[in-house]
Amino acid sequence: METILEITLRSIAISGTATLLSASWGVPIGILLGLERFRGRFIVKGLFNALLGLPTVTLGLLLYLVLSRAGPLGFLHLLYTPLAISIGQSILITPIMVSFVTNSIESVEPEIKDLAKTLGASETQASLAVLRETKSGFLLAITASFSRAIAELGIALMLGRNLVGKTRVLTTFIALTTDTGDFAPAIALGVILLMIVSAVSLTINFLQRHDSWSRA
Amino acid sequence: MESSIEVKDLTKKYGDITALDNVNLKVNRGQIFTVIGPNGSGKTTLLRIIAGIEEPTSGEMYFNGVRVDKDSLSDVREKGTMVFQRTALFNTTVQKNIAYGLKLRGYSKKQIEAQVKDALSTVKLEGYEKRWAKKLSGGEQQRVSLAMALALNTELLLLDEPTANLDPKNISIIEETISWVNRERGTTVIMATHNMFQAETLTHRTALLLGGKIMQMGTTQEIFGAPSKDLASFARLENVFSGNSTMLEEGTSVIDVGNGLQIEAPIKQTGKVTLFVRPEDIILSAKPLTSSARNMFRGRVAGISDLGSLVRLRVDAGKEFVVQITKRSFVEMGLNLGSEVYLVFKASSVHVV
Repeated sequence: METILEITLRSIAISGTATLLSASWGVPIGILLGLERFRGRFIVKGLFNALLGLPTVTLGLLLYLVLSRAGPLGFLHLLYTPLAISIGQSILITPIMVSFVTNSIESVEPEIKDLAKTLGASETQASLAVLRETKSGFLLAITASFSRAIAELGIALMLGRNLVGKTRVLTTFIALTTDTGDFAPAIALGVILLMIVSAVSLTINFLQRHDSWSRA
Repeated sequence: MESSIEVKDLTKKYGDITALDNVNLKVNRGQIFTVIGPNGSGKTTLLRIIAGIEEPTSGEMYFNGVRVDKDSLSDVREKGTMVFQRTALFNTTVQKNIAYGLKLRGYSKKQIEAQVKDALSTVKLEGYEKRWAKKLSGGEQQRVSLAMALALNTELLLLDEPTANLDPKNISIIEETISWVNRERGTTVIMATHNMFQAETLTHRTALLLGGKIMQMGTTQEIFGAPSKDLASFARLENVFSGNSTMLEEGTSVIDVGNGLQIEAPIKQTGKVTLFVRPEDIILSAKPLTSSARNMFRGRVAGISDLGSLVRLRVDAGKEFVVQITKRSFVEMGLNLGSEVYLVFKASSVHVV
């Protein structure tokens, strides 16, 4: 029997990977949408906003069809692996990542860029000055995304199947043990899940109080 | 004199709106040049273009005699700094705000510290290094903005309404700093303002901007000595009266502005005219004065407002006048609401628009 610690650590690893993956493309897209003014920008922004409420089971089903043996990416043999869950979650949280980053950049006063320029900054340096003003926005994007990933059930269940010692995570374990009437471990893991999500938020809150220029 | 900034046929359009319409001007090095005009006249746009943070739709600009284009834009941004009307500050300490531009220029840590300290003492904010910039009062924030520009010691300083919405104490610190930096460092200053009084007292040359067009340009004496209708149309003039003018044999005229008030002015004109007298040109006396001044009216103090070292009084002399005197005179004369006073001013202090 695997321990609660193992399940917890696996959950953090899978959703952490999903967050990193999502950040690797979500942050650049968010920065682009926040800083640049191009044709169709509003449509792209609207699309990401609309996808904020993407149902996990719909995404899970879609990815199941793509990753299953008969699907277009079936040859990768990813189905029922931790990586499959990470990929699914990373897609799920991309709209959150993009919207949070874009909105936090847009909330910086437009004068900041002009200020940097008139003080002698080049176009690139001025953009960096704007990004520095949004550091807390980035942290918020990361935490909100991670919390959404670690708390979701649909994708973990459909792409992971709660395999003991392999793809069992906090949410699938809670759902399936509750099903069998075994409440004690389910409640324990429910509390742990809650603690992880709250701990992450509290840490960010604390970090936000620090000077975003401290290492500048 | 050598020019610092020269613009030729400058036009800026935002869609259908023309913000600047064929503007030509020349600012000499080491001078304080004011662009005066009402809100929306294009002052800010003009400054932003000169600062190199906005591109004109058409026209040319020369900085120290060199044509400004994409390649030499960085030169303007490095040697000129703009202080915005809406204070923009980085979300960090005062020290790091002021250090930003110095870091870009590659100054050492020691130099930066010294220059930050220097700039802060110029704007009378000694010891504010560690304070959070955005938590300061509006006036202090504006002074930090000015210090950010001063620390860079640029040869050109652009100020957009540097004292709008500030209290008299902050205004006087900022005005003193502007004239100090021009006098001691020889910095060329271009300032936008709608405050006629400020333009008149601080600056060498003035351009009047209305609807994106330069209506008038010249030395400060030329512009304000004989204010045009354009200037009077927006400048907050006080003691403005209208009435019928009658020519006198002496070559001056008397204007009957109503309520028994007859004001003598150095004009030869009959018919309806509008005139104004500046508050600081009026002498306030407790007793009737025998003097060369052609205008004297008896009135009572109807209002008092404290401007720090100055006091503004409203005096009812049939018509209401605004008079500005020093706090010291105010105290020495023992003035109160209702005190009887005499208003005295020369005919040459009466300006007809």
